[in-house]
Amino acid sequence: MTPLRRIWGLMYRHLTLFRRSWPRLLDLAYWPVLQMCIWGFTSSFFAARLGASAGGITIAALLGGVLLWEMALRSHLGFAVTFMEEIWSRNLGHIFISPLRPWELIAALVAMSMIRMLLGVLPAATLAALLYHFNLLSVGPVIVLFAANLMMMGWWIALGCISLILAQGGGAETLVWSMLVGLAPLAAVYYPVSVMPHWLQAIALSLPAAHVFEGLRAAVRFGVVRWDHLAWAFGLNAAWLTGATLLFWQQFQAARRNGALMNIGE
Amino acid sequence: MNVIEVSALTKRYRETLAVDAIAFTVREGETVGLLGGNGAGKTTTIAMLLGLLVPTSGRIGVLGHDMARDRFAPLAQMNFSSPYVALPARLTVAENLRVYGHLYNVAGIDRRIAELADELDLHGFLDRAAGKLSAGQKTRVALAKSLINRPRLLLLDEPTASLDPDTGDLVRSWLERYRAQSGCTLLLASHNMAEVERLCDQVLMMKAGRIVDRGTPSDLLARYNRDDLEDVFLDIARDRQVVTA
Repeated sequence: MTPLRRIWGLMYRHLTLFRRSWPRLLDLAYWPVLQMCIWGFTSSFFAARLGASAGGITIAALLGGVLLWEMALRSHLGFAVTFMEEIWSRNLGHIFISPLRPWELIAALVAMSMIRMLLGVLPAATLAALLYHFNLLSVGPVIVLFAANLMMMGWWIALGCISLILAQGGGAETLVWSMLVGLAPLAAVYYPVSVMPHWLQAIALSLPAAHVFEGLRAAVRFGVVRWDHLAWAFGLNAAWLTGATLLFWQQFQAARRNGALMNIGE
Repeated sequence: MNVIEVSALTKRYRETLAVDAIAFTVREGETVGLLGGNGAGKTTTIAMLLGLLVPTSGRIGVLGHDMARDRFAPLAQMNFSSPYVALPARLTVAENLRVYGHLYNVAGIDRRIAELADELDLHGFLDRAAGKLSAGQKTRVALAKSLINRPRLLLLDEPTASLDPDTGDLVRSWLERYRAQSGCTLLLASHNMAEVERLCDQVLMMKAGRIVDRGTPSDLLARYNRDDLEDVFLDIARDRQVVTA
């Protein structure tokens, strides 16, 4: 039970911040809700011109894409920002001299990322249901597997960003905000991979997100589960996650050698 | 029993030799002072003892464990306080202590916080954000955090820096009392010679990464034929010859 208690200790530290600060809570939901408003009205506009059947598919593909992409984005930010909060409060030293193991730190970051993602995406999903009559769960149970893959993608990208911060210091913090957003064109959130130039398709398909969104469109348009895309997404996530974990471990050990843990963020 | 066993400990950053093959032991219940000027290697030594920094070479044993192979077992039984390492400013004092109570797996956290609040007189600001405390209050809270797990080994980096003389004296008195009651081993880095003279059984004088002298405060005073450690410190810092009586 001791590892769980240490993981809870770190989660408690971050959850307490939310309990006391409504702007922090608002900040989590603000952007996903804003995105949902913009894309909701845009898809409604197109749907009205496409007729009931095609319009419904358009709404489902676009709004499903918005919500799932926000899951990836919120998971990524939830993971990385929770770590950066420790840098900003100059608390990393205390964390790393406690008996908290590095894997427990990562487990706490994953748990906080899931909580932050839910707090951010649930209001947007509710808005989609109320305003645009789109229920994400109507895609089918496979939505859970899509969501799991996008969260994992958020985690390994965040682990990569944290590794860069450990290696390069606070100067690499800005990458956290832009890294996953920069991958959006390759993730094929709103269009199929086939519209990309041939050479770019191979790069896009090395990202789990491209397979997830291809799978989402297949589920929405044809009502089929593309297990091949899901298998690729899980496989790629496993590979990227392993690579990012090894990179984090290497940079963490390097930071212990070069003293970066003592003055990171200064 | 030796709580700390350090041998041939070296830390090199590229061309800079921060700690140069130092060796020392600290017995259980002893208070040892690390004295030296800025850049002498005190903080680097403490960081290596805490496992925050990996030595270039040498060995560190803490509470019978080799820090290179098994640092988490001793880390659960030791703690650290420094005015230079902050606690999360937006959390209240009680919340901060609760976080570290969980991290150190402390049984009966609220009871322990109440004990520490009694001992360090924290009751007046337990529910205040840590960032809104005075320097003296922050020092007491940092001490409370470092005692949350009833450590067998407590490392202190300049525990009374930036405190007024009255608060500094209160902290020193409290450390003396705590050591007498708990039998805790203390390793203390300080620039305050009076503090070292008052608290420490042994003093390690560091300069340019090396331990250049060691002994009890009275041994050092006698050896350098001085009345206070500040003069001993200056003799060593300025490479003055030892004046024999």
